[in-house]
This record gives sequence, structure tokens and C-alpha cells, in this order.
Amino acid sequence: MTSNGDDSVKVVPVRHYGRWVGTVIVLIFLAMVIHTIFSKVGTGVNVCARVQGIRHCSQPLEWRFYWNVVFHYFTTFDVIHGLYLTLLLTVLAMTIGIVLGVILAVMRRSQSRLLSSTAWTYTWFFRGTPVLVQLAFWFNITALYKAITIGLPFLPVTFIHLNLISILNPFRSAMVALGLNEAAYMSEIARAGLLAVDEGQVEAATSIGMTRGQSLRLVVLPQAMRVIIPPTGNEVISMLKTTSLASTVGVIELLGAVTNISAANFQVMPLLIVASIWYLIVTTVLSIGQFYLERHYAKGALRNPPPTPLQRLRDDLKGIASKFRTKRGVSTGVSA
Amino acid sequence: MTTPMVEAIGVRKSYFGVEVLRGVDLTVTRGEVTCLIGPSGSGKSTLLRCINHLEKHDAGELLVDGELVGYEARNGKLYELNDKQICGERAQIGMVFQRFNLFQHLTVLENITIGQIRVKGIKEEAAIAKARELLARVGLDSKERHYPAQLSGGQQQRVAIARALAMDPKLMLFDEPTSALDPELVGEVLDVMKDLARSGMTMIVVTHEMNFAKEVANTVYFLDQGLIEEFGDPKVVLTSPSSPRLQGFLSKVL
Repeated sequence: MTSNGDDSVKVVPVRHYGRWVGTVIVLIFLAMVIHTIFSKVGTGVNVCARVQGIRHCSQPLEWRFYWNVVFHYFTTFDVIHGLYLTLLLTVLAMTIGIVLGVILAVMRRSQSRLLSSTAWTYTWFFRGTPVLVQLAFWFNITALYKAITIGLPFLPVTFIHLNLISILNPFRSAMVALGLNEAAYMSEIARAGLLAVDEGQVEAATSIGMTRGQSLRLVVLPQAMRVIIPPTGNEVISMLKTTSLASTVGVIELLGAVTNISAANFQVMPLLIVASIWYLIVTTVLSIGQFYLERHYAKGALRNPPPTPLQRLRDDLKGIASKFRTKRGVSTGVSA
Repeated sequence: MTTPMVEAIGVRKSYFGVEVLRGVDLTVTRGEVTCLIGPSGSGKSTLLRCINHLEKHDAGELLVDGELVGYEARNGKLYELNDKQICGERAQIGMVFQRFNLFQHLTVLENITIGQIRVKGIKEEAAIAKARELLARVGLDSKERHYPAQLSGGQQQRVAIARALAMDPKLMLFDEPTSALDPELVGEVLDVMKDLARSGMTMIVVTHEMNFAKEVANTVYFLDQGLIEEFGDPKVVLTSPSSPRLQGFLSKVL
């Protein structure tokens, strides 16, 4: 704060020349990037006309990034339907992954060697093979099994009989493949969360008479969530983009939809831009959701929870406003 | 004569081949305060945890309220109790830990009501009323909406005592309840415990607070290397100990 008094000593802040130079370079670079993205270029086709005996030639201009084409296809039915399948596949695969992952994490911590080594082997197998291979595997599973029958081994008892040929379409096999693969990663994330909860919490829960299940549900998992959510948010965003692999087994999700369109009209770049913008929009929405979810589960972990971006923005605006007012000589008495 | 609240006969326990308890005999009378003292590693905490079945003892008999801990004697055989039965036994024994172990994600009030609601099946309003009453008793009625991380160590430990009391225990176990506290906060926790002792609660306290033992305890047990070296009236045991080991221990801590 500078004082207005005449006899006061003036404070000269340190000058950061390097920072200024860097800022200027980056600003110029940003301006170039924005300019080229939204620039127009000649189409390469001369259009000539004879006006009053003089021949005028010119090239009509077009968006370098084909924004008109992008805009045209952005909300077409095929693209929106593809987006819907992408979102549905993400939600379903993540649900399978999270539920199975938590079960695997709990199994991994079991006293039973059989249970813990089974969970370990599952993770080893599904993390150890490429997800693209697993997608192809489940898509072609009917080559190995025409039907799945669950019953007692060696006995003529059947509980469930599934005819795979009629049940498995491309979407469902992609859902199973992505879900089972995700479970392997989610199990490690859930396990890290369970490990992060102090053993004393379980002891306290058992000391007031909670069963193992109750202490897991009411005490351990809610606290593990704080550790589990950030990497899980990562997984959701990663899954959103991994679903694009499902286009290789015939699911017409977002990428499949734009590829189909561009195969017909050869507008490859604009349609890839359409898909990219949609992926970015969904990722942004997911990130905002993750922020509020993290805040919810941080309950009790921090003495003062950090402000939300909206609250921070409001505080910033207030700060700027009060600074502006004091500069104009209407001191508010509130220092920034 | 009524049955003692806790009776241990030749209790043994070893971890990975190391014997922590080597045949401990102990009797805790109803309504009395028993203090367990001794150097670290002497088996005090392990004995306490065996009484609550947080640890399983390997040999000997351990009875709480006349019943075997963790087992049921039928037709001359010992049947191990299942998880649910053991939980039923534990719910009647309150335990206070050195590191408080309050549920970090729950408010003070929720910490005290969760056991009542989820384990005892008490209605929420009744549980809250009881929690408020207990918070007033430990002097923290203004803190019910706080989270544990927002409280001092002494306040957290008082909440932990209230949480244990909410289950209406017939026996309270304290595992070094003041060892993790700043010196100036020890008093407020000891005051709550003294108050509890006066109300007639049966208590077993593992402690290094010799003054508390002298003032409040009816019986003091001195454990060393997994065995009871000496026990009796604290005024006798702590002022004129007969065993050289206890003499050595007291000369170090007093």
C-alpha cells in the first residue's frame, strides 16, 4: 500500500524483466495461434470475370479450419446420437469398473489367500493386455462360447443360461470389455483409498460394536472416497476417450459417427474437429462435477474448505471494485 | 459375592513367536477403577485389547461379566463366536484410544450418534438427545457441529469418551488416554475420567499418570515383560513398592 503523505518513503517494487519479456513472447504467440485458427485462405480455384473488357481474377476465401463445415455437422442427428452412445458407454463401463474394482480391492485385503491372490491375478491379467485386444476378444467371444451356463460343476444343475450370440451386440461386448478392463485399474485406486484410512478408524468402529461390513460402509469407504475421487475422475475422462476404440468393433459412437460421415464426404479434418470439440465439452463438464464431488468428500478433512471458483471469482471482482474505488479517491475503508 | 466384571486367569498372547502376555491373572471388581502401569512393551495395551477382543488371546481364560470373551462353552467344548456375536459383546464395552480415533468425516454429534443408531437401533431423535446430554457432561455442548480436525486433542479425547459412553457400556477401557496430549490439555481429560469414576463406572485404565492412579484407582497392577509383578492398593503399591522392578520403574517416572 502506498501512502499519500508527502514525507513518506516511496517503495519501488523489484522489476522482473525476464517475466515481462516472456509475457510479450507468449502473447505474440497466442495471437498468432488464434489468428491462424480463425483465418481465411484462398481456395486455390481462380474465379475470373470480364468487367468492361478487363479480366478480373480472384480466389474466393474460405475458413482455414472449415468452421462453416464444422458448424454444419456439429449438431446433426448422427453426431448427437454418437455422442449419446459415447456417454452411455462411458457411464456403463465406469459403473461396472467401479463396482467390480471396489469388490476386488476388498478381496485383495482379505485374510483368505485364495481371495487375495484371485484379485491380484485379475488385475495382473486385465492390466497386462492392451484394451484394444480385449475389445476384439469380447467382440469375438462367441467363437469360443456360444452360450454361458452357470450351474454346479459336474452336476446337472443350471442356474443361469445365457445365449451369447443373441445377447452380445457390438455395444454390449464393448461395454463388457471396457468395464472389465477398468475394474483392474479401479481396484488399485480403491485399494489405495482403503490403505489411506488409518487403522485406528476400524478399531474405533469395531469397539462401538460395528460389524466388519458396517465399519467398511460407514467409516472406511466414506473416508477413502477423498483419496479415491481424484484418480477416479481421471479414469472417467480417460474412459470417455477410450470409448472411441469401440468404433473398431462396430459401435457407432462419436468417433464412429464422424468417421462414417467423413468417409462419405471426404471432409476428414472438419469432422475430427467436431468430435474433438464435443470431447472437450464433456471433459470440461466432468471436471467441474469432480471439483464439487471432491469438496463434498473433503468434509472434516480440512479445517477450512477452499472456495469454489464462483466464490473466488466473486471475491476477485469485489477486490478489483474496491481497489478501483479507492483509486478514484472514494476510500471504502476495506483494503484489498 | 457377585461375579467380578473382568477376570483373567493365566492369559497368554504372542505375536510372531514373541510372548507379550505370559500368564496374566487379574480381577476387576464392579464399580471400581483399575489402573495398569508398567514400561512400554510390558503388555498393558495388549491385555486391554484382549478384554475387548480386538486381539485374540492364545491361552488362559478371560471372562467379562462372568462370560468368556470370544467363546461360548457348551457341552465341554469351546465354540468360537461369529463376527456378529463378538460385536454384540464389544458394544457393551467402551474403549478410548491413545490417538482418539474419532471418525474424521463425521461431526462431533454424528460421531456420538452413529453407534447408537446403527448398532443399537435407537431412533435418531433419541440418539441426538442422548449425545447432547453426554456432550454437556464432558463440557463440549457448543461443539456439536464441529469436525474432529477442528478440535484440540483434549477436546477430541473428551468427544471420544462421550462416543464410548453413548453405547451405555458396563465397562470402560482407556488405552493411554492422555499420552498423545499436550501437557496443558491432560487435566481436562483426567477431570472427565475422575467424574466418570465417581459415578460408579467400572474402568480399566492403562496410564502413565501416577497421580491419577494414586488418586482415583482402587487397584493398581504393575506389568513387566508380560507378567503381573505387583498389584494392590495404589497408596501402598505406588509409595512403598516391594518388587525391585517396580521400584526401578517408579524412580524413573516420578
